Amino acid sequence: MGLSPVLWQFLVKWMVNFAIIPPEASKIASQVDALLVFMTLVSLVGLVLVGLLVTAFSILYRRDRNPVATQIEGSTLLEATWTIIPLGLFLVMFVWGSVLYFRIYTPPPNAMNIYVVGKQWMWKAEHPGGQHEINSLHIPIGKPIQLTLISQDVFHSFSIPAFRVKREAIPGRYTTVWFEATTPGTYHLFCTQYCGTQHSGMIGDIVVLTPENYKKWLDSSTSGVSLAQNGERLFASLSCNACHNGQPDSRGPSLANVYGSRLTLASGSPVLVDEAYLRQAILNPSAHITQGYAPIMPTYQGQVSEEGLISLVEYIKNLSSNYRVQQTLNTTELLPEQPDKVPGKTNGAPSAGAQGVAKP
Amino acid sequence: MSTIVSLPDQSTARVPKRNYLTNENGLLSWLLTGDHKRIAILYLISITFFFFIGGALAGVIRLELLTPQSDLMAADTYNKVFTMHGVVMIFLFLVPSVPATLGNFLIPIMIGAKDLAFPKINLLSWYLYLAGGAMTLAAMITGGVDTGWTFTTPMSTHFSNTNVITTGLAIFVAGFSSIFTGLNFIVTVHRMRAPGMTWFKLPLFVWAHYAASILMVLGTPVLAITLVLVVLERTIGIGVFDPTKGGDPILFQHLFWFYSHPAVYIMILPGMGVISEVISTFSRKRVFGYTAVAFSSVAIAVFGFFVWAHHMFIMGVSNYAVLVFSLLTMLVAVPSAIKIFNWAFTLYKGSITFETPMLYAFGFMGLFTIGGLTGVFLGTSGTDIHLTETYFIVAHFHFVMVGGMLMAFLSGIHFWWPKMTGRMYPEKISQLAAVVTFIGFNFTFFPQFLLGMLGMPRRYAAYPAEFQVLNVFSTAGASILGVGYLLPMIYLVWSLKYGAIAGANPWQATGLEWQIQSPPLTENFTTIPVVTQDVYDYEWLERQKEHEVTHVG
Repeated sequence: MGLSPVLWQFLVKWMVNFAIIPPEASKIASQVDALLVFMTLVSLVGLVLVGLLVTAFSILYRRDRNPVATQIEGSTLLEATWTIIPLGLFLVMFVWGSVLYFRIYTPPPNAMNIYVVGKQWMWKAEHPGGQHEINSLHIPIGKPIQLTLISQDVFHSFSIPAFRVKREAIPGRYTTVWFEATTPGTYHLFCTQYCGTQHSGMIGDIVVLTPENYKKWLDSSTSGVSLAQNGERLFASLSCNACHNGQPDSRGPSLANVYGSRLTLASGSPVLVDEAYLRQAILNPSAHITQGYAPIMPTYQGQVSEEGLISLVEYIKNLSSNYRVQQTLNTTELLPEQPDKVPGKTNGAPSAGAQGVAKP
Repeated sequence: MSTIVSLPDQSTARVPKRNYLTNENGLLSWLLTGDHKRIAILYLISITFFFFIGGALAGVIRLELLTPQSDLMAADTYNKVFTMHGVVMIFLFLVPSVPATLGNFLIPIMIGAKDLAFPKINLLSWYLYLAGGAMTLAAMITGGVDTGWTFTTPMSTHFSNTNVITTGLAIFVAGFSSIFTGLNFIVTVHRMRAPGMTWFKLPLFVWAHYAASILMVLGTPVLAITLVLVVLERTIGIGVFDPTKGGDPILFQHLFWFYSHPAVYIMILPGMGVISEVISTFSRKRVFGYTAVAFSSVAIAVFGFFVWAHHMFIMGVSNYAVLVFSLLTMLVAVPSAIKIFNWAFTLYKGSITFETPMLYAFGFMGLFTIGGLTGVFLGTSGTDIHLTETYFIVAHFHFVMVGGMLMAFLSGIHFWWPKMTGRMYPEKISQLAAVVTFIGFNFTFFPQFLLGMLGMPRRYAAYPAEFQVLNVFSTAGASILGVGYLLPMIYLVWSLKYGAIAGANPWQATGLEWQIQSPPLTENFTTIPVVTQDVYDYEWLERQKEHEVTHVG
């Protein structure tokens, strides 16, 4: 928009005060609002134009004034006019909107990633440092934040009106969205995809903090175990390390530095290893066999919760060498044999056991 | 203010003794009829019944939303109420509204035919509609269904404990009624036009129905298949939409919207057809840019099939797919703009009067313009992210469906009431009803645009207190709107006995349906007409009148 920033500030303040738009609390918000204002103006002009035409013709050509109608076939020129001008305006909106869309759904590489799991009827946020939250999300200003969303049951949708962003949380696949908060405060978090009985209770707070307050919050809320550390424990307790240990004769491929690389599957097709691939490879290994390895990995479907999968993915993402894997191998060998399912380990007891094994 | 209404001398005029209503007597003569006009009346009665059920449910929704807490009913009940409101209004009212009543009644007459191509299939479609309606009512009475009319998986397949199967099958059955109606219209328009009735002499009402019929025939089977898959998933767990079995819940979205977006055009196109007829008649002028309006209906039908994924912009579909679908959505907006401007210019140099059908048509133009333009907000991918799944989208589709289609339906019902019943509706009170409806509608749904901008999600039984003021406005408006809908119900029934005798052509309109007696004979025409005049040929009509005067006088 070629509008002066001062005027824009004034306009936004006015619109927020009169409750026409929610507060603008993210970098993208004012960009979305600029397009919304543009579209509203175009719509008003269109509506007023149609209204004026209808009103003026109704007055000028009412039967009392104009008893006999003049028959007119049409006009190619006019038809072309009201085809091309609306089309042109719609195309401007299309291009402008698409640019915003790509911005909102293309996270910058330096974004801090927070995982969000939706379930009937709550939002669970998993910070990389191991902080867990339910129905709230604490974030700092001035830092791009990427959310990786997944649902463990039905469709949900993570909506922050003050940020003008929203993303569906879908069962069985990761979706992402990012934003950069600009103004500290507490904002609405809504689930906007209808998800059953307590859909309207699946709400929460987005708490935007200054960097100092955010650091305080991080320190006071830490569980002591980061996501990757929890993943490491899971990796050991599920005995992933028995095969994926990076030794030359191991039965599974080495996972060090696998994240972000390109693999060739047994079927010959190349894949990019991202979060979604790692998750799928754990749940449905037979369809994701790396070339040169035998299809011997069992499925972990139903054995690891979505939070557990997130921890495993975080662990593998951060695995730059196999040193730690071999270390865990040594510790598991020292421990008595672990059962597949660890009951009672998910209620937050500060134990060495990993969180995220699915409850029986 | 002057009027074009010209009624026969009321002291001598009689409703013709022999007509399609009096031709046969007894309940069976109605239940086994093959007459398209009688089937239209049967449809009219049944969709009105379902409209008032859906409307009552809407009233309950608005009452609940009067306060921020969910205090009138439990959240589960609220969910069932809005689901049933959607299912009843869409599948049992909007989809059959204009086509099955006015379309059924008028298309054969407008093209100079004695009936539709397949009268028995036409009757069958009504019975299927009734079966679907009865199943829906059964599902509602035995506990309801809480998935939303969109039946989103895996909610509908794995998590809901309500009557999903009954409701799904009800829509499946009602869908076939829609397919049969569309099929009948297509064949009839192709094969049964009177001599001289070329494609470009067809009234725009017929063009609009033809376009809508194509959508019905090609789109509805996809919905039927999708619902069967949902039912199979619930009963035997085939897993097409279940990610733990390698299925994909997004696939359901694709299939569902592949029907349900074109369904929007199934609902609105016939309404646009009504508006073309009404505006032409009450401005005594042929529709400006007839060809453009006719082809814009076809363009909407064609483009309408390729925009479904704009319902899924935030669902993790590829960004590039979003580009394509957003662009195509912009293209489908253009034909609607073309129609609006052509209707506006039909008024230019016309000789305009403001009887009730025209008032409803003006209401349609205003509300549909708002509904269409706000659709562009949602078709634009960047702003859709903020606005989708909020009250903005609720307001948008109510402007199109209720502000557009229902206004068009009421316009058409008033316009053709004299033809269907042989009697006029009372003019003054119906003009009042049109105005009350317009005002009530805006009060109800305009605040919802603001609620959506502010981010209030749809389908919420409880909401943050800051949204209450706008919700109170909306509920207050709904009570005005309710009065606006009850009024026609009362005075139209009244007019059946006490309305003025209409005569064949009270509006001095040009369509073939106005050249025969009201109500028409069962066979419509005593001899098949030969069409020499143009469509909307008011000069021809004048000559006919002069001819009559010189011969009689």
